Amino acid sequence: MAVDINTASAEKVLQRARGIGIELTEEHWKAIRFLFDDFRVRGETPNLRRVAVVGGVPIKRLLQLFPGEPGRKMAYIAGLPAPRWCA
Amino acid sequence: MRNLVVLGAGTAGTIVVNKLRRRLPASQWRITVVEREDWHIYQPGLLFVPFGATCSRKPVLSLITAGVDVVLGEVHRVDTATRTVLLKDERSLPYDELVIATGMQPRPDQTPGMLGSEWGVSIFDFSTRDGAEALSRALPGFRGGKLVVHISEMPIKCPMAPLEFSFLADTELRRKGIRDKVELTYVTPLSGAFSKPVAALRLERMLQERGITLETGFVVERIDGKTLVSYDERTIPFDLLVTVPVNMGADFLARSGLGDELNCVPVNRHTFVAVGHDNIFALGDAASLPMSKAGSVAHFAAEVFVENFVEHAAGRPMRRRFDGHANCFVEAGQGRALLLDFDYDREPMPGRIGPLPLLRESAVNHWGNVAFRWLYWNVLLPGKRIPMPTRRDRWPSTSIPHRLRRSYNEPGG
Repeated sequence: MAVDINTASAEKVLQRARGIGIELTEEHWKAIRFLFDDFRVRGETPNLRRVAVVGGVPIKRLLQLFPGEPGRKMAYIAGLPAPRWCA
Repeated sequence: MRNLVVLGAGTAGTIVVNKLRRRLPASQWRITVVEREDWHIYQPGLLFVPFGATCSRKPVLSLITAGVDVVLGEVHRVDTATRTVLLKDERSLPYDELVIATGMQPRPDQTPGMLGSEWGVSIFDFSTRDGAEALSRALPGFRGGKLVVHISEMPIKCPMAPLEFSFLADTELRRKGIRDKVELTYVTPLSGAFSKPVAALRLERMLQERGITLETGFVVERIDGKTLVSYDERTIPFDLLVTVPVNMGADFLARSGLGDELNCVPVNRHTFVAVGHDNIFALGDAASLPMSKAGSVAHFAAEVFVENFVEHAAGRPMRRRFDGHANCFVEAGQGRALLLDFDYDREPMPGRIGPLPLLRESAVNHWGNVAFRWLYWNVLLPGKRIPMPTRRDRWPSTSIPHRLRRSYNEPGG
């Protein structure tokens, strides 16, 4: 059920990330890809705990990768609605 | 004879069995409810216990209608393959249809350092009877210093409760004439006082008016002695911490392969059918719904579920859809309260429900809240009709201004 992010949308993802001052590394992409995949299965943007527990990127790391408001920033970069309880 | 087994006799479970017993013929359906506690606690009342109120509770057995079998015991596991509920004491209950309504429980063990030597000394929670009563003994001795009210992680039972606690604490400290000796801080992992923009702005103004400092986006990693430490290394020292621990669903759901990362059951948000199991439903806090963990959600959800289940039992399709309707009183201190009303799609907005003004402080709302306890025990739980529509769209509402929506849905907004 993996989501294939084609080059055009990947470019949009990069642009949105740059817009809020984040240069995406492979680690960022791991979280963003999990957001896409999980949204596709559950129809809902995963929250921090889910990205950590199921997606495999620890919360501490997420706060370094997406400082300040990780839940909201990840969702924004991925182009998905903010998670229902965004931290 | 077919078996309907309901796990949990909290708000949702009690309403469901009491209503369904009247709707399903006893010759065709046996209804069994499993509950591990002897007492049903009026959870909305726990907020007032630290300030001197007594805990309102009734024996579980007194709340379940005759004709429903009650099993007092703890669930070990649900075996979905053999359609059996296995209890801790090795009894087993076969089911044809299963309703999971075991709620969520505060889990202070999930935050390192929370259950240390300061637990019950300078760290308290008020979402359990023990916690609220311990806090009621500690609060009178607090004469000044840093009082921190804190949410560990969403979702929690009643997202409003910690805000209300702050407002009530402010009132109490003023009454005692020591408000100026107390630094009151509200710490939340959310990016505002609440997740819905219009209500958040209103509540943030209320915090400001009361001189309560708001610390947002604080995701706690651990507690070091008497200091909260976040994942991004921020620290907040306290003399008295009133925290809402991480809330999780029952452990047996994980053992049964039915829970998500918080042991809540993923369900269809309109019909409560558990994902992948057409004879299992989850209601109330136990369900993974994009909604508050609150008794009002459980109540409205139970009403929709009952209508649907009657159809389902007769082999007809379930036609009613839950719209996520919830409402709650928010105690503002000084004998006043707000009333919030919202659903999946519409956030809390100003307006009125009968005599009660929405999203505005008033004494009428406070008395509404006080009166609600009587309604809960005498009308809601017995499954009688409450003079209030279940569906939100029966009520007028305005839409959210685009300007606010934008600022809240983007990072840094």
